[in-house]
Amino acid sequence: MAEVRVTIDGKECIAQEGETLLNIARANGIYIPAICYLNRCSPTLACRLCLVEADGKQVYACNAKAKDGMNVVTTTENIAKERRAIMEVYDVNHPLECGICDQSGECELQNYTLLENVTEQHYAIRDTYKPVKNWGHIQYDPALCIVCEKCVTVCKDMIGDTALKTVPRGGDPLDKSYKEVMPKDAYAMWNKLNKSLIGTTTGETLDCTSCGECTAVCPVGALVGTDFKWSSNAWELQKIPSTCAHCSVGCQIYYEVKHISIENNDKKIYRVTNEPHFATLCGAGRYGYDFENRGAKKEPKSLEKAVQALKSAKTIVFNSQITNEEALILQKLKEKLGLKLVNPEAYQYKEFLSVYSKISGKSLYSGDLNTVRKSNFVISVGSALKTDSPNSRYAFNNAIKMNKGAGIYFHPVKDPIIDGLSKNVIQINHQPYEEIEALKWILIQFGKDIPETISAKLDISQFQEKYLGEDFQTKLEKLLKKKDKFSLIVGADLYGAKNWQDIAEVVGLIDLYTDFSVVIIPSDTNTLGVIQICELDRSGEAPRVGYNEKGDFTFSALGDGDFDIPALNQQEGTFVNIDKRVVPLNVALPYGGYTLNDVANEILDNPKQWTIDYTSELFKKVDFDSLPNEFLNSGEENRGYILDIDEVEREEPTFHLANNEPPKLGSSVIYLANPVLQFNRFTNKAHQLSESGGLYISPEYSEKFGIKEGQLVRIATKYGSLKTKAIVDNKIVGEICYLPTFDKHLNARKLFDSYRFIQAKISKV
Amino acid sequence: MNKEVIKGSQNYIPVEIEDYPTTGWQKFKQVVRRSLGKELFVGLWVVLREMLKFNIHTVQYPEEVLPLPSRYRAVHKLLRLLESGNERCIGCGLCEKICIADCIRMETKEENGRKVVSEYSINLGRCIFCGYCAEVCPELAIVHGSRYENASEQRAHFVLKDDMLTPIDFLKEQKEFDGFGAVSPNADKLIKKTPLAY
Repeated sequence: MAEVRVTIDGKECIAQEGETLLNIARANGIYIPAICYLNRCSPTLACRLCLVEADGKQVYACNAKAKDGMNVVTTTENIAKERRAIMEVYDVNHPLECGICDQSGECELQNYTLLENVTEQHYAIRDTYKPVKNWGHIQYDPALCIVCEKCVTVCKDMIGDTALKTVPRGGDPLDKSYKEVMPKDAYAMWNKLNKSLIGTTTGETLDCTSCGECTAVCPVGALVGTDFKWSSNAWELQKIPSTCAHCSVGCQIYYEVKHISIENNDKKIYRVTNEPHFATLCGAGRYGYDFENRGAKKEPKSLEKAVQALKSAKTIVFNSQITNEEALILQKLKEKLGLKLVNPEAYQYKEFLSVYSKISGKSLYSGDLNTVRKSNFVISVGSALKTDSPNSRYAFNNAIKMNKGAGIYFHPVKDPIIDGLSKNVIQINHQPYEEIEALKWILIQFGKDIPETISAKLDISQFQEKYLGEDFQTKLEKLLKKKDKFSLIVGADLYGAKNWQDIAEVVGLIDLYTDFSVVIIPSDTNTLGVIQICELDRSGEAPRVGYNEKGDFTFSALGDGDFDIPALNQQEGTFVNIDKRVVPLNVALPYGGYTLNDVANEILDNPKQWTIDYTSELFKKVDFDSLPNEFLNSGEENRGYILDIDEVEREEPTFHLANNEPPKLGSSVIYLANPVLQFNRFTNKAHQLSESGGLYISPEYSEKFGIKEGQLVRIATKYGSLKTKAIVDNKIVGEICYLPTFDKHLNARKLFDSYRFIQAKISKV
Repeated sequence: MNKEVIKGSQNYIPVEIEDYPTTGWQKFKQVVRRSLGKELFVGLWVVLREMLKFNIHTVQYPEEVLPLPSRYRAVHKLLRLLESGNERCIGCGLCEKICIADCIRMETKEENGRKVVSEYSINLGRCIFCGYCAEVCPELAIVHGSRYENASEQRAHFVLKDDMLTPIDFLKEQKEFDGFGAVSPNADKLIKKTPLAY
């Protein structure tokens, strides 16, 4: 893209072509007021405050694209009048309850009212009765709403749920005489404002994935979290910048912390906030914050026991909900004590990535979520995007909405949310084990100069016949028009498949022979860090020490093991996230017990005072305290550092399973996945997300087999069986049911092998 | 003492004060005069005279208590609305924020669609009685009362919500606060009225 030069208020700014004036001004530290504009989303044009004069013509800065040599003035006499009138209009009938409003001063309406010096009111209209609406995790107070439509915009352009829309307000029309006396834009803005309110697209209740992003973007106190409502003023809360610990995206979050009560001075997290202009949260990140391990104490005897357990153990079993520093300590313990490190999920991912690396010649996958956001053709294979990695879904959606893009979603479980993203998304629900066929299709369709030795092995005629018929081809042709930036997201279904090697090879070939940049979603929070730090073993013999996993001696951050360790909101450390970025995480709540470092200090030769003393021994020699964790005004992510992608010696693909028929699963299949808002036992510990899991079935399934919500069912696979209740999930379609992993009382994993799909018998009890 | 004429509009009464003795001889003379002259007995006589007349000015505390000015800042009170008896405090938290001794804490929650203050406390061990809380309160809910007798087994006996809040049966005896932060007598004149559509 070409560079353009724009002069804003006498300051020369250099920007990319197609950039809006508002974004250029913000990146260059020039102030233009705006209430309704949201970074990375389409302009709403509701507030009209960003009115500026470009080359003598009045335009809206959020909407106007920069042209070379443009001369922009941010304020003229007329514009100042408009802005003042607009703020007066916003204040008409706005309840004077700032004292109890949850925005508690962090209010854009208040700021701009004071900035425009609105000391008197010239306009009036009869108010209407608007009761508060309770939408589950979210509450909406229409009386406070200024209808900036940011919530509608973010729900559509960023999240993709499109659960909110503007609805008619009712009430009196504007007094026509205002048209003569009011500035033009202020009148037009009021006219629009006076006709609408925010409502749900699905009747009276809000039916969405409960990300709560609408509450984050709301400039006033109209949309607030139900749990947080009236529990604290914003200024009392201490904001602690950190990283969300629930999935591999590692979003930047602020834990907001205050004392528990008048008599109890211990700290408590009241809410989690984010910077909605730069980062988006899912519901698990926003509501699943209080998973801390409270009440742990330093008891020398228990420390001694833990040291003994490690010394006599042969294996450490752990998972990837762990910081890089802890992983490094485990690796050091392995070296010192000759232990084995077992983490099946990370092991699978490591193997998968290494095969990919050998084929593609890159040590890490080429893309990240930013490249997905910037692309205009996105394909997802092998991931239940909505629940596996909500932010990858947001990126997928954002690319389609903002870049006039299109996408294809390959997954065995039909997802109505994906269908709802856009008309330009094709969802193909193939059978389990056909993921490789989808990937081969991508390679054939988009590959350039593929050697014949490889293309000869890419036979997908069966798959094509089944799913990619003529309709698909004509639609695809339409979707592919004017597309030049391609992204592929592959997910956790693939890593444990029996033919994972072939799959990884095809993914590598796609990276090599097509224009796709590839994102291989790490299957757990810090999988990408763990596989680079730890030498993992396939299996290990007893006695086993479990680190947040069950073992003969269990270290547990949930407080239910033999030895307490801090949860991820109680310690400093780093993660490697999906963007290959090493991001810091900070202490939100104090922890009174011993950490892994204390135990390791008793064993290792070079004791370290703090866990984060290991940070500089990681990928780059950077101290923990010098890791930034912020976003710049230009939107640039200034968090931690990015890992380099090294060149790896290339090898030729083997396709050693190519001739074998892929295993076929019969009709009754269950899937190992979590419902919306859940990732693991930690999210389920949070008081807002606490629920008990079961067998999640689609409404169709419920109807077809007569299994009702709450009814007990027995699920049997060749590895075992369990009894649980059925839960109807209206966010899936079709006959595949799923079992979750977040509930510690429901050991679903024992029914599965490494692959996330398995044939099962489901019967009513 | 130099005897200047004191200027100004007030009616100052110049008092005759003799100069301080500087030399040893002058000091000696002053002592002799004061101890052997009548000066000592003047005071004793005044006391005796007033005692005989039963003209006693001492306030008979604790039976008798002096009236306090409305701006006196003693132990806090939480007031109620006179008409409905509802608590005035809306839980905005401004007192908590402005308190420079950091001694106010409150707990708020949602109840029947309203923000309610479930707990409120002032740590009198730290309170410096500056009056900021009463001044900042937009509802005249937290005010300074006139109770300055702070003797009890525990400090906490004064400053939990129940101690400060006007008991509902004593609502009629609640007096409007007119100390710092109270509405000024000319408040109505200072208000610009908003146009109303009905």
